[in-house]
Amino acid sequence: MEQRPVATVAEFRDVNALVAAARAVYERGYTRFDCYTPYPVHGLDRAMGVRRTILPYISFLGGVTGLASALLLQWWTGGYDYRLNIGGKPFFAIQFSVPIDFELTVLLCAFFTLFGLLGLCKLPTWWHPLQGDASFRRATDDTFVVAIFSDDPRYTIKDTEELLRSMGGTNVHVHTASADPSTTLQSVTTQSD
Amino acid sequence: MSTTTAVQTAHHRSDGVHFEREPLVLGNPTFHDITAKIASIAEDKPTPKYLLALSFTAAIAAWGVGCILYTILTGIGVWGLNNPIGWGWDITNFVFWIGIGHAGTLISAILFLFRQKWRTAINRSAEAMTIFAVICAGLFPLIHVGRIWFAYWLIPYPNQMQMWTNFRSPLEWDVFAVSTYLTVSLIFWFLGMVPDLATLRDVVKNKVAKRLYGFFSLGWSGSMRHWHHYEMAYLILAGISTPLVLSVHSVVSLDFTAGILPGWHTTIFPPYFVAGAIFSGFAMVMTLLVITREVLDLKELITMKHLENMNKIILATGMMVGYAYAMEFFIAQYSGNPYEAFVFINRATGDYAWAYWTMVLCNVVSPQVFWSRRLRRSIPVMFIVSILVNIGMWFERFTIIATSLHHDFLPASWGYYTPTWVEVSIFAGTIGIFLTLFLLFAKYIPVIAIAEVKAILPGAQPQHSHHGAEAPPHQVEQSTSV
Repeated sequence: MEQRPVATVAEFRDVNALVAAARAVYERGYTRFDCYTPYPVHGLDRAMGVRRTILPYISFLGGVTGLASALLLQWWTGGYDYRLNIGGKPFFAIQFSVPIDFELTVLLCAFFTLFGLLGLCKLPTWWHPLQGDASFRRATDDTFVVAIFSDDPRYTIKDTEELLRSMGGTNVHVHTASADPSTTLQSVTTQSD
Repeated sequence: MSTTTAVQTAHHRSDGVHFEREPLVLGNPTFHDITAKIASIAEDKPTPKYLLALSFTAAIAAWGVGCILYTILTGIGVWGLNNPIGWGWDITNFVFWIGIGHAGTLISAILFLFRQKWRTAINRSAEAMTIFAVICAGLFPLIHVGRIWFAYWLIPYPNQMQMWTNFRSPLEWDVFAVSTYLTVSLIFWFLGMVPDLATLRDVVKNKVAKRLYGFFSLGWSGSMRHWHHYEMAYLILAGISTPLVLSVHSVVSLDFTAGILPGWHTTIFPPYFVAGAIFSGFAMVMTLLVITREVLDLKELITMKHLENMNKIILATGMMVGYAYAMEFFIAQYSGNPYEAFVFINRATGDYAWAYWTMVLCNVVSPQVFWSRRLRRSIPVMFIVSILVNIGMWFERFTIIATSLHHDFLPASWGYYTPTWVEVSIFAGTIGIFLTLFLLFAKYIPVIAIAEVKAILPGAQPQHSHHGAEAPPHQVEQSTSV
């Protein structure tokens, strides 16, 4: 079965080298690349040229939705739809609505944040292009991995590999998959050091 | 530069100042050591001791659930409630358990916002505790309503009676506050766990476990492009959980203050309840962590520094609670309201004086030992004090509820309340449920936030060039303490 390259993968042990490598990859004009790390590395996103996340706007929208629905709920049910006199208290007032306004603001903000995050990360997913790769698997344990995907316009097997190696990457290899996506993915190490 | 060399230099500053911070993680572990440690807890076969403990707590839980069923099938007449005491152990337990939960959110959200890095080793278990405590708490109002099959009436929904819930009542606010609290805590806990579940997915050998961790880790890959969004999500959730945790016990306290009963109708209640909640929650975290770090051998991750910091918080919040006791007593006398003054004199000298003084001894006197550094760092002392505080905080809620109710305005309607075996069993049952859930959690879910601990290891973060040479990464990353 014919194998096509998916990405060139390099391992890093030192976090400073990782950040330098990510910056170099970005500055060379690569766009389809990613770093896989066991924990969030400070400043790595900036080095990779990742633009600031829009998640806060999504969360804010959630908060506003929550606040609006709380006010509407309390006003419409008690002050409009069925006005029930209980102890002579007003049918609707901002003051007594505050606790539920607050709770629903927080609740919807949390939901929007959760689902916004999942949406932005395209999670959950059952599949990852690198999932058979041994280096990639160790990225959740103790290895920093830089992967440059083959659909990047600047990708050539030779240059990409050279770049990663020159930045201190070890075990630089091309992860390949069968040209027929229905067959099992496998990792082929073309070069190792 | 490897991680280990950074650790070795961590305590030798070039400027000759011998101010050493205790490291947050002992024994210079590598990233893999941490993964292996936590994974081994989940992967090892349960020990007989664990199974014994689990069956013991599950038996208590089962007994409690049986008594809850008995109550539901018979009616709450099986409890000791009477007229005038309509709220007894049930509401006491509700407030007690809700309060226990607060430490988890405090550790995970508020300490996160304050960049208190020591929280990383304990936040996961504290958050788990929050969720289990809120589950236990939620049971009580549900069975207290008497006809639990109508509990859904608490939720506003269009119905054939065309009636809505009464949003002017603090009891309705409570429904929203507690359910929001549970939901947001669950989201926060789960989101924090996703990367760690992915770590376990990639290291465990057992096929079923791998599938389960794989399912719940949502396909997390550790991609930096994901971490970028993830860190923001975590920050936002911490930001909204902080006011949330302060609001929940405030709203619970409004259940009391909105009533015009002497002893309940006090403006000090919301902050007083919040301080008490954090106080009791930390005591419960302490009780559980002292056992957990011993049993699961986590002494290098949950260090004496963590325990000492928590003891400082217990001392501080204990003093706040003590201040609140004194202040409400003073204001009651100063108010010139004879009913108000009577209730407080009656608390300290009346039928329930034993409960009042238990509360004062446990909550105000016992934490004072933590002024001494030696006692603050003594495992037996902190264990005993944490138990005493748990007891004391339960009695605080009992004192507030029972003493305010048992002597009504008219001496003709004075009464006394003692719980029946059913109420005692249900409370014991919730302790069983709580401990069972905690034991299951400690075994099968990453009990330490793996990714967060890795991120604070010396040398884990890059050396920023713009900070210059005077700030090596290990000093920047280790420089947090209270």
